[in-house]
Amino acid sequence: MALDGSLERLRREGRIVVVGASLAGLRAAETLREEGFTGTLTMIGDEPYEPYDRPPLSKQVLLGRVPADHTALPRRRAIEAQWRLGAAATGLDLSAKRVALADGTSVEYDRLLIATGVRSRPWPNELEAGLDGVFVLRTRDDATRLRHRLKAGPSRVLVIGAGFTGSEIASVCRERDLPVTVAERGPTPLSGALGSVIGDVAAQLHHQHGVDLRCGVMVTGLEGDGVGRLRRAHFSDGGTVDAEVAVVALGATRNTEWLAGSGLAAGPRGIACDAGCRAFDVRGIVADDVFVAGDVARSPHPLFGYRFLSLEHWGNAVAQAEVAAHNMICRGEERRPHLWTPYFWSAQFGVNIKSVGVPNMADQIIVSQGSLGEHRFTAAYGYQGRVIAAVTFDQAKWLEFYQRQIEQAAPFPPPFATVDRRTEGMRPVPAGFPDPSVPTHGPQVTVSGYSPTDQRVTFTPAGHGHHA
Amino acid sequence: MRVVVDLNRCQGYAQCAFLAPDVFAMHGEEALLYDGEPDGTRRLDVLRAEAACPVKAITVEGAGAAWTAAGAGVSNGP
Ligand SMILES: Cc1cc2nc3c(=O)[nH]c(=O)nc-3n(C[C@H](O)[C@H](O)[C@H](O)COP(=O)(O)OP(=O)(O)OC[C@H]3O[C@@H](n4cnc5c(N)ncnc54)[C@H](O)[C@@H]3O)c2cc1C
Ligand code: SF4
Repeated sequence: MALDGSLERLRREGRIVVVGASLAGLRAAETLREEGFTGTLTMIGDEPYEPYDRPPLSKQVLLGRVPADHTALPRRRAIEAQWRLGAAATGLDLSAKRVALADGTSVEYDRLLIATGVRSRPWPNELEAGLDGVFVLRTRDDATRLRHRLKAGPSRVLVIGAGFTGSEIASVCRERDLPVTVAERGPTPLSGALGSVIGDVAAQLHHQHGVDLRCGVMVTGLEGDGVGRLRRAHFSDGGTVDAEVAVVALGATRNTEWLAGSGLAAGPRGIACDAGCRAFDVRGIVADDVFVAGDVARSPHPLFGYRFLSLEHWGNAVAQAEVAAHNMICRGEERRPHLWTPYFWSAQFGVNIKSVGVPNMADQIIVSQGSLGEHRFTAAYGYQGRVIAAVTFDQAKWLEFYQRQIEQAAPFPPPFATVDRRTEGMRPVPAGFPDPSVPTHGPQVTVSGYSPTDQRVTFTPAGHGHHA
Repeated sequence: MRVVVDLNRCQGYAQCAFLAPDVFAMHGEEALLYDGEPDGTRRLDVLRAEAACPVKAITVEGAGAAWTAAGAGVSNGP
């Protein structure tokens, strides 16, 4: 009764602070209000802009079709928040329940949501990174600068790293008819995320569109001219390429520095939290009043061996924010797990690439519909005899089917009836990930129910031999 | 006005591109590009696109009842 009273007070007049005013922060704030929180809501964000959407930055914005500031996120409802924009959080005092800001002020909370996301990993050599013409792409300002430079028609653009962002940038450059070289350390583009079987198809797309793609090489140095402008890049194979623009697309690091010494389990790999989005402290105990959502979070997923997944995906940020917000203001037994099956998309070289599940956990892959050669297909990924992921190139309609397969722990390879007979991929082949996972014999876990409110996890323990 | 499309949900059916071609455009077979802040004069067409999307992937600010009711007279921006 006493507990219920304090929860009611929290919901009515408590103080909730959200650090990170982007996609996850905004969707969490809306959910808090939607679920009846009427207390004080403070949104702290170090960027000067109200929450905006990032995926368009490497697509329609860079293409020049839409201005960079045409990306503010629509509000699903009024959130009546106190906005502290342009103010970075610099510290967290867990016992005093207080967030310190860069301007010397601080904000107290009853519940805290951390949604500080990630930032682009910069070029490691600072002097070289400072050359005029060297860019990263994460923020609206990054996009404005890079777009401006692309518009000026550089003699050549070098993209360092052929993950999703790098590949999308290369695609934009070709569409703008700019010469572009892509340097990738792995055997193919996208090999870290999708494996080299699908990566080979991505490489064909690069070649077909006139990208000078160089795989298996590293950029070892960026060289400037006398006035500090980028002129040339040097490769590990001894080669060089002359370029006026280089975009560093080497992935991201988590924005957790401000939590150093706070006692939370926060580091370069993110902030660990439980499936209910509560942050772990350094002892591995969950904090009851600190929650995490979005790109900065690392949380265990029952469907994927309880592995801690770090997902830098738009859909994850939205779904996790909604779960975190719900759990922040409800009774213990009403808490929900974040059971969202990972989804993401990418648009490059005119192809719609989509994925469900966790491809890079897979050991095998089979092309189940369409054809790799036509760049239009569905590929299912298997892990220890069950379907763990699927990727489509221009066949998005198949993804939902595979989402159910993943959630039901359906056998891999999929039964003959669901596999297209014409394809080259009748037999499963190794998926081609750099670091194949070590086999374990864990429990069987399935997820049932479609909506977050009635989703259930079923846990079937492994055989006795496992426990011996 | 503000628009966002949940492209995980979008299946590239192109109804939106048909109804508001200056706001939504297909890029290749099924990838969708769109303007997240089209001019207010396009509102009617954008709302039509939102309503026509078979997978309800389009969110338009102010289209839902919650916004209209709760948002009236309240400062909702920084
Ligand atoms: C160019 C680009 C293209 C993308 N394309 C796709 C795509 O096609 N499909 C897809 O699924 N996903 C895509 N993504 C990923 C998607 O945008 C992210 O998953 C999403 O933005 C995550 O939202 P978030 O709120 O968790 O984090 P973020 O959007 O990173 O927001 C975190 C916010 O917190 C702020 N912050 C950080 N530290 C502090 C601090 N100490 N104090 C205050 N504020 C702080 C940051 O400045 C930022 O504003 C793309 C991302 C980029 C950059
Ligand atoms: S109508 Fe909906 S599904 Fe079709 S392209 Fe537009 S957003 Fe996508």
